[in-house]
Amino acid sequence: MTNDMPIIETRALTKIYHSGDVDVPALRGVDLQVKRGEFLSIVGPSGSGKTTLFHILGGLAAPTHGEVIIDGQNIQQLSDSERTEMRQRKVGFVFQKYNLLPTLTALDNIMMARFLANNHEPLTADFTRILDMLSISQRMSHKPRALSGGEQQRVAIARALVNKPAILLADEPTGNLDTENSNAVLSLLRQLNEETGQTILMITHNPEAAAYGDRIVTMRDGRIVG
Amino acid sequence: MINKLVFENIKHRWVRTLLSAIVIGVQVTTILTLVGLSRGMLQNSAQRARGVGADIWLKPEGASAFTLSSAQVNEKFTALVSKQPHVKMALGVIIVPVFGFTTMAGVDLNKFVQMSGGFHYLDGGPIEGPDDIIVDNYYQQQNHIKAGQEIKILNHQWRVAGVVEAGKLSHLIASKDRLQELTGNTGRVTQIVVKVDDPKFTNAVIDQLNRLLKGNLKAVSIDELTSIYNINSLPQLKTFINVVIGLSVIVGFLVVFLSMYTAVIERTREIGVLKALGAKPLTIVNILLREALVLAILGSIIGIGLAYGAKALIMTLIPFSLQVVDVPDWWPIAALIAIVGAFLGALYPGVKAAKQDAIEALAYD
Repeated sequence: MTNDMPIIETRALTKIYHSGDVDVPALRGVDLQVKRGEFLSIVGPSGSGKTTLFHILGGLAAPTHGEVIIDGQNIQQLSDSERTEMRQRKVGFVFQKYNLLPTLTALDNIMMARFLANNHEPLTADFTRILDMLSISQRMSHKPRALSGGEQQRVAIARALVNKPAILLADEPTGNLDTENSNAVLSLLRQLNEETGQTILMITHNPEAAAYGDRIVTMRDGRIVG
Repeated sequence: MINKLVFENIKHRWVRTLLSAIVIGVQVTTILTLVGLSRGMLQNSAQRARGVGADIWLKPEGASAFTLSSAQVNEKFTALVSKQPHVKMALGVIIVPVFGFTTMAGVDLNKFVQMSGGFHYLDGGPIEGPDDIIVDNYYQQQNHIKAGQEIKILNHQWRVAGVVEAGKLSHLIASKDRLQELTGNTGRVTQIVVKVDDPKFTNAVIDQLNRLLKGNLKAVSIDELTSIYNINSLPQLKTFINVVIGLSVIVGFLVVFLSMYTAVIERTREIGVLKALGAKPLTIVNILLREALVLAILGSIIGIGLAYGAKALIMTLIPFSLQVVDVPDWWPIAALIAIVGAFLGALYPGVKAAKQDAIEALAYD
């Protein structure tokens, strides 16, 4: 696989939800290419289809039509179990509400992601550097309730990166944070992208947040419009 | 890592964990106490039968070892039995139901002392008059009485002549003649107990007595008699225990079902997170089954502790009415029953969680 190949590619992607007898199209033919190492921001109003796209790219939902190729693998052809494995190894998620497991410490949250990917090796020096970069090395023994929102989101980013995913998918990662913490998290994502070459696809409402990306894609009514 | 998550989840919801474990514990206690009671009552009966010191028991043919029916045996058989070779002594015993499973025995006290080796008096002394009664320490403990006190049994006023150590014939022993008279059974006894001059002749004497009394009485050795004092000889008791076990499984199932079902709803988002991180459906089921296993193990430990408490309470308050023994051989069985109930209870919530749509779960508030 050459580095010139897009790490994410969608072709004529559609997704139709069925609500009773009514078909609700969420995506109406999305063609998108993301280069390896790119930091792409997707913006758009509510109902534009960006979250649906996020779910399909993350292997959490199957498209109705079209193709999705992640790191050379057409996920349309994968079984549920293979999509689960794809989530373990190729995708890292960062959510608006952090979604850390509340009963586990920050370190255990990270180790759980590693365990679910069948990776039982100790943390690498590279990853320790990421923890330092995220400024959470000293907070690893704390449970989420003892961490600030910004710290929780940085732990969530560390958890998303622990299995060295091909892509990091972030859905409104600053949606629950104040300006200071938002800027800190976005700067960290930028720094991660620049220093480690991590491909990042970030969904956001916020144009200022979107500006941290290399490129901005705008969605409306299930289509890419700019 | 999964075990860590399971323990942290259980620790985090400690009130629910404790309540669930206590209910499972009560279920385990019920089984252990019921089996302990059944075994205790039977062992106590066997111990009291052995305490008589007889080698052979004669009962009407077809009468059960557990019968509480009154006197049916003509007392004249006692004299006939006494005359048989190698019979050292034969004694007629009348057994009268008093209340519930409790009986009172009437014997010729002098002969009974010769056969059994006598009583160990804890208070008072032997029967002096026809209206005297001897009670054992179980009866004394439960009814808080002392020697010299009057008690009313079978609508008759008795004077407690002595309190003896339990383990001989009955908890309540009085004069045979008076008991026969009071129950309208003059000249009749419930059974005849026989002591042989040498135990090696026991079987020969049994054969001889069975030939002699064919159609009237049946002779059995003390070993044969006490061997049937076990749960397996009582099909109805066995069925009752099985019904309680069945109910326990249902209770365990319902408790864990409710606990796990609410846990799954409460943790919908967490399950969504695990799925997003790549947890397979089996991993989710596995987590919930392990939680159920921990609840069942905790419940079993609590249940064993509570069973000791129940035994202490019964043996302190009502040792005369009920006797309980420890049944450690049933601990693993009761624990297994709790685990089966818990697994069944966790299965549906586990499958429900495993099937949960990750996107919907992540959107759950």
